[in-house]
Amino acid sequence: MSATKIITGNETAALAAKLCKVQVIAAYPITPQSKIPETLSAYVESGELDAEFVRVESEHSAMGVCISASLVGARVFTATSANGLAYMNEQLHWAAGARVPIVMAVANRGLGAPWTILNDMQDTLSQRDTGWIQLYCKNNQEILDKVIMAFKLSERVLVPTMVCFDGFRLSHTVMPVEVPDQKEVDEFLPPFEPVYEIDPDNPININPVVMTDPLPGPDGELCPSYMGFRRRLQKTLENVLPVYREVGTEFAEKFGRDYSDPLYRYRADDAEILFVAQGSVASEATAATDILRDKGIKIGVLGLNIFRPFPAEDLSNATKNARVLAVFEKGISYGYEGVLCSELKAALFSHNGHRPQVLNFIVGLGGKDLNPGDLVGAIEDVLAKMKEGHEMKTPQWLGSGV
Amino acid sequence: MATTLDLPGEEFILPGTRTCAGCGLSIAYRYILKALGPKTIVTLPACCLTILHGIYPKTPIAVNAVNNTFASTAASATGLVAGLKARGINDFTVVGMAGDGGTFDMGIQALSGAAERQTDFIYICYDNEAYMNTGVQRSSATPLGAYTTTTPVLTKQQPKKNFLKIMEAHNLSYLATTCSSYPGDLYEKFLKAKNKKGTRFMHVASPCPAGWGYPASDTVKIGRLAVESGVVILYEVEGGELKLTGKSLNIARSGRKKRVNEYLEAQGRFSKMPAELVEEFQKEVDRNWDDVLRRAKL
Repeated sequence: MSATKIITGNETAALAAKLCKVQVIAAYPITPQSKIPETLSAYVESGELDAEFVRVESEHSAMGVCISASLVGARVFTATSANGLAYMNEQLHWAAGARVPIVMAVANRGLGAPWTILNDMQDTLSQRDTGWIQLYCKNNQEILDKVIMAFKLSERVLVPTMVCFDGFRLSHTVMPVEVPDQKEVDEFLPPFEPVYEIDPDNPININPVVMTDPLPGPDGELCPSYMGFRRRLQKTLENVLPVYREVGTEFAEKFGRDYSDPLYRYRADDAEILFVAQGSVASEATAATDILRDKGIKIGVLGLNIFRPFPAEDLSNATKNARVLAVFEKGISYGYEGVLCSELKAALFSHNGHRPQVLNFIVGLGGKDLNPGDLVGAIEDVLAKMKEGHEMKTPQWLGSGV
Repeated sequence: MATTLDLPGEEFILPGTRTCAGCGLSIAYRYILKALGPKTIVTLPACCLTILHGIYPKTPIAVNAVNNTFASTAASATGLVAGLKARGINDFTVVGMAGDGGTFDMGIQALSGAAERQTDFIYICYDNEAYMNTGVQRSSATPLGAYTTTTPVLTKQQPKKNFLKIMEAHNLSYLATTCSSYPGDLYEKFLKAKNKKGTRFMHVASPCPAGWGYPASDTVKIGRLAVESGVVILYEVEGGELKLTGKSLNIARSGRKKRVNEYLEAQGRFSKMPAELVEEFQKEVDRNWDDVLRRAKL
């Protein structure tokens, strides 16, 4: 029997890792995720979780420990935020290239300078190209569910996964979370079975230097070059979405909550205008949608359950009847526009030639509050301006003040 | 003292490695692996050892190995220890091995962290006194007066970092220095290290003909000169007690320590050294020698 607990996002992430019976945890303190390693260390010290907990001296080392522990077959978990994630950058590329199924919770936080400890998504969006799968959560229930799903997904495709959720907004907010039985999780997620074992009689050299062209092995067979290995990573990621759907369906059958659709959709079918967002912004947009619908505006929400690999086809299909797409996001590619906005435009260009107007709003950086009223105001304002023939060429910053 | 005739016949480096001719590291690694045996897993960053481990899909090294990023050798070793322990695999010796750049410079944070946590592994620094794999750039292990490609005109103006003192501050279960020119001393120390628990730090002086500027045939001779003149001192520390070993112990007893001139003059990297810097180098070596002798109660 599952039980409902009223817990924070951080406690949820730690509890999820415990339910997944992680074997090695290495983590370093950084606000707002610190409660995750604190909670996990208490589980380990009290004997509730049989795992090695390594209190590392940096995030770079945290990921270094995770990679090598995973390479010898352990199920591995870590957590970080913001500058900690940025400090791991080199190791993130290494982890994906090494094909280790690590799961990492990221409590999203803005990057310095200047310092902020509060939420936005610049940290994980900046790690878009590292080769990791990125899942985003709208509420604490999703944190629990997506950590469990992430292990299943990562261990099937041998690609690491970040489970991203808004710092403070979710990490420090208590919400009801339905916590499944250990037995149910065990049935859904059996122990990790490594694809090889470390054997002294058949020694291997893992992640060695590779050349630009394939070279023959001792049996004369050509072995992959650097590009060969990297193409395999890309091909795997290109095929992750079907696996994600399968894992989501299995999860729904077991636990009754369905994330098999890469997109979260709310009143989207007949919408002329669509909010496009990820993380808790999609929750705010859901509330804003009801308000705007009451005012007669045919609006809906598309949220991203998964950002990498990018659900381009799903997005272009889901938006083909909409006239306006309003992308609200907590991250930007400086010198251009919001990251999600560019990705969405590229998806539209590649897939069906439908050309809705794509509007981009940069919101909530460094913890700037964003409530449904802000979204309602922004939509009403932009619709009025569009009627007057104004074009929105650069991203609009909401709530940035002076 | 074991002689080379006493060492196991089994080889863990097969013929055909990619290191430079006369590489001190490859001599040392051969005896290190003979001491540690087949149930060893080595993690290494990008360095000369990567070259020795070969290019995919072939490797001349007959123990398991993991390649990691430059700064994270000790973190990677920590992960191997944790992962193997979590899986109930208890019979492997975990080794982190990096050069002086990956240890004295970039790797110091992860190494200090792992040592403070008393991680159960052997850390090996093979010290060839510069970033040799990238083309002989200065590291903090480069000695005073040495030419490198980033001290090309003035030579290095500062003495070598006394890294062993830093490592001693970590309450290690075992710390030892050795040199590729003394396989017996090296072998015995690694055998000892293998049979201890906790963090063990091994410093292996490894002459480098390409970076130091001497003929490839002289690697053993140069390493011996380093020990004979007290530039490298062979010792081990257990429970805070320092003991001289092998050739260094003989020199301490006989009082026949050579001056550094012969060692310096045999190497192109010191050819730009003015006389006053040679004197300073000598004084630094003597200070260190006296310090070690005092601690060894000799």
